[in-house]
Amino acid sequence: MNEQELLLGAEVIARAAIDEGLSGVYAYPGTPSTEITEYIQQTEEGRTGKVRSAWSVNEKTAYEAALGMSYAGKRSMVCMKHVGLNVAADAFINSASTGSKGGMVVVVADDPSMHSSQNEQDTRYYARFAQLPLLEPSNQQEAYDCVRYAFAFSEALELPVIVRITTRLSHSRSTIIRRAATLPNPLKPDTNRQKWILLPANARRQYQHLLDLQPQLTEAAEMSPFNREWVGKEDSTTGIIAFGLAYNYVMEVNTRFNLQLPVLKISQYPLPEKTIRNFTQRFQRVLIVEEGYPIYEELLKGFFGNEKFSGRMDGTLPRTGELTPDALIKALVPAEAVQPVATPAIVAARPPELCQGCGHRDLYDALNEAMDSFANRHVFADIGCYTLGALPPYNSINTCVDMGASVTMAKGAADAGLHPAVAVIGDSTFTHSGITGLLDAVNDKAAVTILISDNYTTAMTGGQDSGATGRIAAICEGVGVDSNHIRTIVPLKKNHAENVSVLKEEFAYNGVSVVIACRECIQTARRKKKTNV
Amino acid sequence: MTRNILLAGVGGQGILTIAAIIDHAAMQQGLYIKQAEVHGMSQRGGAVQSHLRISDEEIFSDLIPLGQADLILSLEPMEALRYLPWLSQDGAVVTATQPFINIPNYPDKEQLLSEISKHCKDVHFVNADKLAQEAGSPKAVNVVMAGAAAQYLGLSPEQLLESIRSLFSLKGQHIAELNEKAFKLGQTS
Repeated sequence: MNEQELLLGAEVIARAAIDEGLSGVYAYPGTPSTEITEYIQQTEEGRTGKVRSAWSVNEKTAYEAALGMSYAGKRSMVCMKHVGLNVAADAFINSASTGSKGGMVVVVADDPSMHSSQNEQDTRYYARFAQLPLLEPSNQQEAYDCVRYAFAFSEALELPVIVRITTRLSHSRSTIIRRAATLPNPLKPDTNRQKWILLPANARRQYQHLLDLQPQLTEAAEMSPFNREWVGKEDSTTGIIAFGLAYNYVMEVNTRFNLQLPVLKISQYPLPEKTIRNFTQRFQRVLIVEEGYPIYEELLKGFFGNEKFSGRMDGTLPRTGELTPDALIKALVPAEAVQPVATPAIVAARPPELCQGCGHRDLYDALNEAMDSFANRHVFADIGCYTLGALPPYNSINTCVDMGASVTMAKGAADAGLHPAVAVIGDSTFTHSGITGLLDAVNDKAAVTILISDNYTTAMTGGQDSGATGRIAAICEGVGVDSNHIRTIVPLKKNHAENVSVLKEEFAYNGVSVVIACRECIQTARRKKKTNV
Repeated sequence: MTRNILLAGVGGQGILTIAAIIDHAAMQQGLYIKQAEVHGMSQRGGAVQSHLRISDEEIFSDLIPLGQADLILSLEPMEALRYLPWLSQDGAVVTATQPFINIPNYPDKEQLLSEISKHCKDVHFVNADKLAQEAGSPKAVNVVMAGAAAQYLGLSPEQLLESIRSLFSLKGQHIAELNEKAFKLGQTS
């Protein structure tokens, strides 16, 4: 067990959960969280079904299933990217009231700097909102230790425990040392109905119980092995509070320039009040370093402000984006912040693009031509590879907001009188959040054309199983779309003229029509070919 | 001993295989490792990089600070230049010379090479395509480049070769030997 293993942060989370007796992981793919579940699927425990690990249709179904497994007494984990927690928020907030039974760990991977996301929301806000404990490891070994701690903590408190990571930790490799494994829990469903039936009378009691637990959560943070001071020089007038991964950048600069500044590292929330008070009292100036929103900087400064504290809000650190060692050099030793050599002007931008041989390319070619005759060219798109249709040479789409929004925004625009009202959505995104919107459109007889670009996979995140491969047309029919207006096309160059005319026909139809463009993702097709050789 | 290595390329070119070779060798030598990589949207034909740090002391930041990279190892010339702000004053650039062209405004190759030489004193250009062919597969460009950079990594070349054997033997004896050859051709390039 003492042998080192080199793993991605995401894989470390997975490894720790299995070692801690996990019975099931539930997730919908989303960068930077995908690799957690993928790792489990590839382990012996995953392959043999000892740990169930198939993909869920979305984060809400994943969350609820994990809660159900916890109800049954077993240890469960649910993983998602930060915006996935918005989808799961209803279940998430209410699970703070019901609590859990078997250890339940909620892993949320935030994406500051929006490397692969539409926003950089900070899950620590959600933890405060739900009043649930959160752990925020600073490195890979700590991620391993945090997950193991989280399961035991969750079982002791009967509350779900959040583990927050960010892109940098999730997608960075380092070595870890594993510890002795724990056996899975036996089946032992919770019999306390008052806890789980959130009728108002029960819900009020359960909410009070959650409030009563708060001092215990704070006390645990005071005692936490993850919250500790790095002792610097005794006479320092400046102290630093570094949250989670931000600790690394602080220490990089602190050691490189031998600053010896005292650092209080915080990786367990709610905030340990006593520890924070005792630490801040010692200094004239306290730098707050958070990888994410300046949540605790704002809180410590207070509504009327306090000059003692600085951080992202007063410009000492950048207000947005992922932290870097350079941002900390600027904040702590500005004289050493040398102006770097600029990237030479000859270097051209190289944005991501749709792969050569990708069916989305041919679909957009057909769509662009079919839209040519309309003065009002508006296409509502969605989250996935096909969002790259926003870029030249296609410039095909007008919106990309959140999972499933293409269908419902097209409907709303159709209600307003826009014609044609066209949505483009992938097969996996359709199953995630598009089906309910389609039902709205059917019920309202909205004049929309929904293009489902079906590549039989969840492509953008690396080719995970899609929720309804081979059943998309049947789902549309079941939702109530007239079968004469469920058309299937194959987006290939040789079918271009035919595909354009199918699209034009369906634009002309005054009702809900669905065009399913079926062609396997070139990446998954290639991988299959490789494995078959 | 600390080495900050910035690996550069285009999504799909195989910089993570180079990273895996270096990581494995560094681990066998008992060094600390941190290696940040890019997953997600940029992997679709976009510019990608990996910050790889190895040291005999604890490493804190997963990211290399600006001006602190000892080496930029790039699988194509324009990407080598993109990360110039990270290169230290006496850092080296080892780059494959064959451009990867998937954008309409890709600059002139000769201009790119002269720009690299202008900004960096310690430059090693490698005709990696040719050497990979010679090794037996055009796909071995990344391993050729690992070989070309071997002397800058602070790791023993024997250990790097051992790591290549260990990593590629899973894919068969032939593939392992091919990559071993690619590495050696890179070393003498």
